[in-house]
Amino acid sequence: MSNAKILTSNPCWTTLEDVLALSESDFWQGIVENITYNDFRVLSLFCTPNETKFDIFCILGNDNTSLFKIFRHTLSSKKFQSHTETIPQIHLFEREIAEQFGITLDGAQWIKPVRFEQDFSLHVKKSSCGDMEYFQIDGDDIHEVGVGPVHAGIIEPGHFRFQCYGENVANLEISLGYQHRGIERAMIGAPYKQSLAQMEAVAGDTTIGHSLAHIQLLENMSNIKASQKAETIRALLLELERIANHVGDIGALAGDVGFITTASYCGKLRGDYLNLSAKITGSRFGRGGISFGGVGYDVDFTLASEITHEMEKLKPKTLGAINLFFRTPSVLERIENRGKLAYEDIINYGLTGMVAKSCSIQRDARKNYPFGYYNNISFDIATESSSDIFARAMLRKDEIIASFELANTMLIKIREMPNEKYHTAQKPKLPPNSLGVSIIEGWRGEIVHVAITDKNSKFSRYKIVDPSFKNWTALSLAMKNEQISDFPICNKSFNLSYCGFDL
Amino acid sequence: MFLILKERFRQGYNTSDFPLKEPILSDRFAGLPKIMGTCKDGCDICLELCPTDAIKKSGDAIDIDLGRCIFCDLCAKECPEHIIKFTSQYRLSSNNRNALFISKEVENIGFKLNKKIQKIFGRSLHLRQVSAGGCNACEADLNVLGTPTYDLNRFGINFTASPRHADGIIVTGPVSLNMKDALLETYNALSEPKIVIASGTCAISGGIFKNNDEVCCGLEDILPVDLYICGCPPHPYTALHAMLQLMGRI
Repeated sequence: MSNAKILTSNPCWTTLEDVLALSESDFWQGIVENITYNDFRVLSLFCTPNETKFDIFCILGNDNTSLFKIFRHTLSSKKFQSHTETIPQIHLFEREIAEQFGITLDGAQWIKPVRFEQDFSLHVKKSSCGDMEYFQIDGDDIHEVGVGPVHAGIIEPGHFRFQCYGENVANLEISLGYQHRGIERAMIGAPYKQSLAQMEAVAGDTTIGHSLAHIQLLENMSNIKASQKAETIRALLLELERIANHVGDIGALAGDVGFITTASYCGKLRGDYLNLSAKITGSRFGRGGISFGGVGYDVDFTLASEITHEMEKLKPKTLGAINLFFRTPSVLERIENRGKLAYEDIINYGLTGMVAKSCSIQRDARKNYPFGYYNNISFDIATESSSDIFARAMLRKDEIIASFELANTMLIKIREMPNEKYHTAQKPKLPPNSLGVSIIEGWRGEIVHVAITDKNSKFSRYKIVDPSFKNWTALSLAMKNEQISDFPICNKSFNLSYCGFDL
Repeated sequence: MFLILKERFRQGYNTSDFPLKEPILSDRFAGLPKIMGTCKDGCDICLELCPTDAIKKSGDAIDIDLGRCIFCDLCAKECPEHIIKFTSQYRLSSNNRNALFISKEVENIGFKLNKKIQKIFGRSLHLRQVSAGGCNACEADLNVLGTPTYDLNRFGINFTASPRHADGIIVTGPVSLNMKDALLETYNALSEPKIVIASGTCAISGGIFKNNDEVCCGLEDILPVDLYICGCPPHPYTALHAMLQLMGRI
């Protein structure tokens, strides 16, 4: 199929005119063919109003060739044929379109709400959050367990419905939406002055990831390029965020199996890494670190040396605490061969990030769709093969070590570069009637931002895909036939974002 | 066992001496803002930049509402007269919403000790955390209070697993419409006497999300708040100081 618009770099943009509207059969046929035969997968699929009609856009990406293909179809009526059965990875995207625009899906079974949000045009809530029919199993020995939305720990809200046969989980249904703040709708007519702050808070623990994806998209569409030093500092912040979260996750896993030693040390060390981000930006989460045209705060020679020195001190402590975790038999007993995922499921459901990497799939946007700093370096993606809790924990350790290497090189480069001047806040000049795509590898996985501008160069649609959006399905799959008592640790091994999903 | 002891030796003693010693924060940490002069005629650069409309101007004087401020320090960077400066003061809490306004004349956040709260909760405080649309930054920095560095438990403060066991709730996030009912149910499940803490800009005023149609403006008009902790997100020391202040321990 040659009717799709092909884009070759990340980030990239094109005028809407260049993306031909295909007929419904060509649109779906093109997508299915590219997924089946050409190794493409769905990065984003969404609907947007186009005057009185609706447009559906599908962004496909090829991990090996770094190509994007953009498909477009204009709906003639408020319905289309569901394709979840042939392309399971679009199941949530389809449900989302149905919820956001009231579009009927022909042939779809049991279309449930995704996040109980308002209709984009009607502004009415159809039902209160969590109010829907859940999948239920009948039988003498079957019982149902409902958890949430308010959980026992300091954690975001979400509802889990287990169908259990004895201690074993037959089915886990995850119902989210409690964190929904209407971010995508708030981006219509943007950029506003609060837009960047909202992007930073799409998922607070991925502040750098989401703000970088957003800023990179704005810069590319406005034809502005950040300096080499700015790009290096951005990448440094991204890697620091990755290290801090991975260290914290291993600590939390240790806490969940009752191994307090590593839990305490990693909890403390995570704070140390957050404080390194705070050394650069003043905020422990890197708020204000990425700004349009550059970075909010410079890293000069002294600061770079200071951070290198701190990291050298932290490295043996971090690895010591983590190795203790992996050397303790009572820990391994709990995490080995638990929460396994099948390779086919990961491919079929288009799972990304750590979930894919822990099953030997090289799926990492830093390498597959290199951006900014990562264009100029070569490095290996860390992978694990057993795809259980152990693999996801070990992968974090591998990534921590890899990120240490990357950050070290960045710091050496930063020391050799001249000081970066703070840019006064400039406003992005976006092209009218265009579509832009930007991908970042956050610590959870790939973050996809797609923007469409109207004739006044304002956003008419801004679509965010957090890795959690795709990966919550993985938790459900991993819990099948596991003991319900293993749920907390299994959940923690994914550590997905509720607000990243709910937006 | 030997490995664990060896590791303990390498990690060392980690608990901070707070509140006896002042914590060391990043040089770039943006804390309590200070207003050092008056505005130039007709200049409203800071008003246009402020993502949460935290700055109000009357005549040539400005005041900053810390219940709305996200401490992004854009106004300080861009002010042509350089009259706004963010200091490293991390103590940013009050029991009174009206005390969160900073101007040239008012340099500090006021705090009036509530004798009743101090008498009941002064020695031990058990809190239930409810995230109502919080982005996980506030939650993460509350979680961190349990780590050895801050060691919340040494002050008699604990996070409980159930509202039935709690003396109060600590709310983060702008209160999404989807979470409002669950928040109120949690509050109702607490036994009297109970307190409510709003942690973070979102919980106080709706913060960066206040104009979105899917959120309430934080706890305003929803629940009576006994303690406001400012910041986006509040620094762990800000939160720790705030709770100790509420208990009358500092």
